[in-house]
Amino acid sequence: MKHILFALMLGLAPLAVTAGEAQPTNNDPALEKRVMALSAELRCLVCQNQSLADSHAELAIDLRNEVRDMMKSGKSDAEVVDYLVARYGDFVRYRPPMNTTTALLWFGPLILAVIGAGVLFFNLMKRRRRVAETALTDEERKRAAALLNDGAGETKA
Amino acid sequence: MLRLRFLLPLGIFLVVVGFFFVTLRQPEGTREALPSPLINKAAPDFRLAQLHEPNQFFTPADARGKVWLLNVWASWCVSCRQEHPVLMELSRAGLVPIYGLNYKDKREDSANWLAQFGNPYVLSAVDGDGRVGIDYGVYGAPETYVIDKKGVIRYKHIGPVSADALNNKILPLVQELEKS
Repeated sequence: MKHILFALMLGLAPLAVTAGEAQPTNNDPALEKRVMALSAELRCLVCQNQSLADSHAELAIDLRNEVRDMMKSGKSDAEVVDYLVARYGDFVRYRPPMNTTTALLWFGPLILAVIGAGVLFFNLMKRRRRVAETALTDEERKRAAALLNDGAGETKA
Repeated sequence: MLRLRFLLPLGIFLVVVGFFFVTLRQPEGTREALPSPLINKAAPDFRLAQLHEPNQFFTPADARGKVWLLNVWASWCVSCRQEHPVLMELSRAGLVPIYGLNYKDKREDSANWLAQFGNPYVLSAVDGDGRVGIDYGVYGAPETYVIDKKGVIRYKHIGPVSADALNNKILPLVQELEKS
């Protein structure tokens, strides 16, 4: 009897082992969608120009599993991001937060636009002044009138 | 007279060249190295089985009171082999204890690796699934942490430790931390 029980337990052992393995990913489509959506916002640290969702690097797979586990245990997206930022830094986020080191990144384009608009405005003002200041002499006025009245007149001369 | 505004494109060009010059002259690996948010924070706690004594555990508290290095390594990691002679020499010199974090490796592979190349570690803690690695922000072995007497991470070196990095950065820092 003892032996049979032992054999039975031995036979059941593999089931206990597999129970702890990662579940198939299509188990919960809603969760999986959430994992992939958030992963697309996170950078893979190994291949730094890929998102966690794109990457097949082993660390990316581990981190996706970590994200999935945290979501399963009821953590919000923000909590998951905070968890990763605490370990890997802001670099892990594709949308960098605003702080002193990223201020130039955020405001750089705006500063450039302001400078561009300033230069444009300045040049336009300068041109307008120049146009306003240019008065015609009597001679030029006569020539202009001739050209306007009789297109052929001046060009033949 | 050459007008100043015609020199502007040249100026911009020189600035760009300057950026390239500085970036491209950095030694290999440091360009991709990310600053760790864990610097000056307490080293994350863990309790892992030791490689050579599977029944005994290691936790960072065990190293409390001394300045130590935590070196993340694995037998599959090619760059670990590159830094290995440097660690061996450091271990022989006895300047600072090196603890290994054996990252996502098979026990027998790790043991064989150390038997073959030599063991610079006081002990290695086995992080089979890489969970502790995630807590430490590990994103590629080898990585080396300098941890002070109070268990605070003071420095992180990403990539193989070169003799240069050891002598110019890590050891001076260790000496400074020893004093405090």
